[in-house]
Amino acid sequence: MPKLITQVGCPYCGASCDDIEVLVSDDGKKILETRNACVIGNEIFHHVSNPDRPKRPRQRQTDGTMKEISYDEAIDFTAKTLIKAKKPLIYGFGSTNCEGMSAVARVAEKAGAVLDNCASICHGPSFLAIFDNGYPSCTLGEVKNRADVVIFWGCNPMHAHPRHTSRYSIFPRGFFTNKGQMQRTVISVDPRETDTAKLADIHLMIRQGHDYDLFDAFRTVLRGYDIPAEVAGIKKEQILEAAEKMKKARFVMIFFGMGCTHTDGRNHNIDAAISLTRDLNSITKASIMAMRGHYNIAGPGQVWSWQFGFPYCIDLSKGTHAHMNPGETSSIDLAMRDEVDCFVNVGTDAGAHFPIEAVKHLKKHPFITVDPNICMASEIADLHIPVRVVGVEEPGVVYRMDNVPIQFKKVIDGPEGVPSDEELFDRIYIRMCELTETEPLWIHVKEHAKASSSQVE
Amino acid sequence: MAEKVVMNMITQRAIEEGQAMEKGKTTPEYFQACSIVEMNPDDMKRLGIWKNTNVRVTSEVGSVIVKAIEPTQFCPPGLAHIRQGVWANQIVPPRTQSTGTPQYSGFPVTIEPAINEKVKSALELVQGSVGLWKGGN
Amino acid sequence: MAEFLIKNGFVIDPTQKINGDIADIAIKDDKIVEKAGPGAKIIDAKGKVVMAGGVDVHAHVAGPKVNIGRTMRPEDKLFKSPHAQENYRMEMGFSIPSTFKTGYDYARMGYAFVMEAAMPPLHSPHVHEEIHDTPIIDEGALPVFANNWFVMEYLKNGEIENSAAYCAWLLSATKGYGIKLVNPGGTAAWAWGLNCLTIHDPVPYYDITPAEIITGLIKTNEYLGLPHSVHIHQNSLGVPGNYAVTLESLKLAEGVKARNKFNRDQVMHSTHIQFHSYGGDSWGNFESKAKDVMDYVNSHKNITVDLGCVTLDETTTMTADGPFEHHLNHLNHLKWANTDVELETAAGVVPYVYDKDIKVCGIQWAIGLELALYAKDPSRTFITTDHPNAGPFTRYPRVIKWLMSKNAREETLNTFKHCSKVVDATDIQSIDSEMSLYNIAEMTRSGPAKALGLSHMYGGLGSGLDANVAVFDLNINDMPDDPQKIEDAFLRASWFIKSGQIVVKDGEITNHGNKRTVWVNAKVKENPQVTRDIHDKFLKNYTVGIDNYSVRDYLAPNPYVINVDVEA
Repeated sequence: MPKLITQVGCPYCGASCDDIEVLVSDDGKKILETRNACVIGNEIFHHVSNPDRPKRPRQRQTDGTMKEISYDEAIDFTAKTLIKAKKPLIYGFGSTNCEGMSAVARVAEKAGAVLDNCASICHGPSFLAIFDNGYPSCTLGEVKNRADVVIFWGCNPMHAHPRHTSRYSIFPRGFFTNKGQMQRTVISVDPRETDTAKLADIHLMIRQGHDYDLFDAFRTVLRGYDIPAEVAGIKKEQILEAAEKMKKARFVMIFFGMGCTHTDGRNHNIDAAISLTRDLNSITKASIMAMRGHYNIAGPGQVWSWQFGFPYCIDLSKGTHAHMNPGETSSIDLAMRDEVDCFVNVGTDAGAHFPIEAVKHLKKHPFITVDPNICMASEIADLHIPVRVVGVEEPGVVYRMDNVPIQFKKVIDGPEGVPSDEELFDRIYIRMCELTETEPLWIHVKEHAKASSSQVE
Repeated sequence: MAEKVVMNMITQRAIEEGQAMEKGKTTPEYFQACSIVEMNPDDMKRLGIWKNTNVRVTSEVGSVIVKAIEPTQFCPPGLAHIRQGVWANQIVPPRTQSTGTPQYSGFPVTIEPAINEKVKSALELVQGSVGLWKGGN
Repeated sequence: MAEFLIKNGFVIDPTQKINGDIADIAIKDDKIVEKAGPGAKIIDAKGKVVMAGGVDVHAHVAGPKVNIGRTMRPEDKLFKSPHAQENYRMEMGFSIPSTFKTGYDYARMGYAFVMEAAMPPLHSPHVHEEIHDTPIIDEGALPVFANNWFVMEYLKNGEIENSAAYCAWLLSATKGYGIKLVNPGGTAAWAWGLNCLTIHDPVPYYDITPAEIITGLIKTNEYLGLPHSVHIHQNSLGVPGNYAVTLESLKLAEGVKARNKFNRDQVMHSTHIQFHSYGGDSWGNFESKAKDVMDYVNSHKNITVDLGCVTLDETTTMTADGPFEHHLNHLNHLKWANTDVELETAAGVVPYVYDKDIKVCGIQWAIGLELALYAKDPSRTFITTDHPNAGPFTRYPRVIKWLMSKNAREETLNTFKHCSKVVDATDIQSIDSEMSLYNIAEMTRSGPAKALGLSHMYGGLGSGLDANVAVFDLNINDMPDDPQKIEDAFLRASWFIKSGQIVVKDGEITNHGNKRTVWVNAKVKENPQVTRDIHDKFLKNYTVGIDNYSVRDYLAPNPYVINVDVEA
């Protein structure tokens, strides 16, 4: 009898839906069917049984071809490469669990590496704004149960977070919002008429790149001052109308995305958005949230903040203390300045998602990719180490876009002999200790137990 | 009719891109989802091309051949969109305004017809850029 | 594990009424024993003070609000890791140290147990992840209850049994230790941008008052017979004149007797009482009401308090009292983080500079110390800084210095720009008393252990207790003239043995120890209504599945579970 597993977490976007139902074959090895997932989530669950999926590490040979090697050899190579490098960069973590992030952090500390995550090229500017201005936010259930004005600014959940609007932000009937969408005014601020904008009651088709101007116009209006007839391509009347909706709301929710952080102004746009939220809290209740892209990209920000005090761009090369200065210690800038001499890509695809100029710089040095799948970063790497797929073959804690921890399940066993990120990096750590003749540091008994049980091969 | 038009480029997500990416970046689906530029029909008219014509998009850092299509989500004239991914990143300026985050959106490009040029595969673009591409052209 | 004999120290152990007698303490494995075998390793404590491991009843050391504090304050990390050691994990941060630094620094101060003071239930896996990464010290965490939809609904209807069944379920789901109340009702009101500033302000929609929530949760707690009493952060924190609200709330415990099997006497622990002992009606005529508050506490034995001493540092305030942080952010206009948590609670974080040259900060500093100095029974009055709200926990030794030395207090007072105004608004200058090492042991060891219902494990040196022993470089018969030496001695223990392992020697970490997570499993009889209510709310109002809510066992890999069987 196939088995139906419910309340499964989906390892795709930052909405981190945990209501997926997965029908698993009798032997627990194959996924037959998924329910509730969006098209993308569905793809992930089915993709794990793709026969072309790599199940052993592959190392690039001098003729450019890739040759399978054992995990022990791959671990040895990675450990030696990290020890040899003066300033390796370990980057990624869009798609792994917090246990893996923690294991990598210890390796990075040992290696004197720079530790960075995908926020660096996504919501990094949001962190910069948070450093300056704070973060008045809430969990997504507050939006569902209370929000009556919802603003999507420079974000397009209908495409990037397909179930966000149905689970949290537009459609659900919450405790104080029992009429669902009927009770909510949706405002979209976007230079395109996106599928999210089409759902909105008010679409402010902003002139691209002028977000700061418009945030500022709202703040000006809410504080009772006049604004020009047109700001950022939006007519004054429209701004006043939207501002009036916010003022009269009982709970204003502002979601913002890459439309604000990827363009001119960067952190200053978010700074203005946070200030707008602060201002609104003197009038009514208001909250703001970054539309984090991946299901656990909030995770490294959490794990590394409690371990090092910084969420990203963490330079551990000084040995005695961590140092963070985005612009200086951020992946793209380090790459463009040729400041790192080894690149480890974990649970992401820098090959596809970095500007190609940065990829070319990184490729001058040893390039190692740790990822379950074939991707651009695996296909240009000197070494590709496949791992289990978190959320499908490996359980663990993930942080949703609202920083709520969700304990993901596993639904099937991973391919035989393929380790999790956590196991892999713990073994790399042990190997580094052996090579440097130092004592491994274990914080906890759990890790003693784990170390002895992780000898998969 | 102009030989080339200057437009403002943004590179953002799309559900087709997300789905195809999870299927695999070497799949035809990914190629189809991402090797395109969305532009307003008025801009196509200015450039003298029909929809589904290959164009060369050039930014301050490089250029890429993609297929011009009519927007799946309305783009105003002057604004062009390449979905995030391999083709977009051939032309995304790595400058970060000292924030760490590249200029993925809001950078000037010129777009010109390239009817006889071929759209390269993801693998050819990425491996080719680091000297690993072994296939033909 | 091994045997130790800590020889010839001045033993101070209020649980056995030992005050500085020269004696030996024997350890076998992880317990204190009567006698050590001949092979025991000898630790020479001659001329030094020997105490049990410290017990911190209230500190914010792990979880989402601590971590947003770390995230949003990179400046807290700059040049502030003086004790970092080679071959250990990096230590980062001052007021909100990294988990590694938190464990190391507590151990260096000879602390064995720390209670995380406010755990949002929805975020409990996060709290346990951080506890997991905090080396050496044992920890528990108090889930917050006083703004929880279930609790408010049950208590509005007077359903103590249902409230108890829900609380028991939540304790076990979150691996929590006891019942924490933060701004009862006020935080629930904050979800709409409002607050409850007295204990009679009705909570919007729920139509229940803070007084009813407090009373109901006291009853719930004693119905369950939990090791700890309710642990309350009262309404109207930090507001001039709030001492009246404080006294009114304390009165709600009158006549209630503790019902438990854990040797606990109090039915209410009122935390960081410094923030609740304010007179005046504005910052202009702000003054101390420490005496009024302590007079009441002194005469009511079923109440314990902790101080929440202001240490005059740049720090990071953080509390589940969401409306207070919003208010504070309007005072200092620094950055402000807030997280409203669905159905349960909220939290806010604002950096704060307790500047000795600001009159109000000076008065707050004095109030914290006055409360301790007015205490008739130090074993019901515990040293805290509400870390990091009034100052970081690494300032406990400095608080001890101030309490033990009038000169040290005078010295600090004399550096204040508004010294005379602080003197006018407080009694600090006229109080001559100085506390003893015995008092300090009561306030940091035996007292908090008993209040937490953990006196069978911590707080003393009697045989059978956990082998947590700290040795400090202080000679009880020849105390240093320079009070700074008291602070230095308590900041870095000469020796600290935790659970039978040497974890600190000469103030340096030597071992990652064997930390535990202490939580309470209260077993009540099956309650179908509560089970149905829980499933219903998860279905309709939560955004997380009930399967994925309860903290999984592996996140607390070394648990110490206290089972409580509730006889209904």
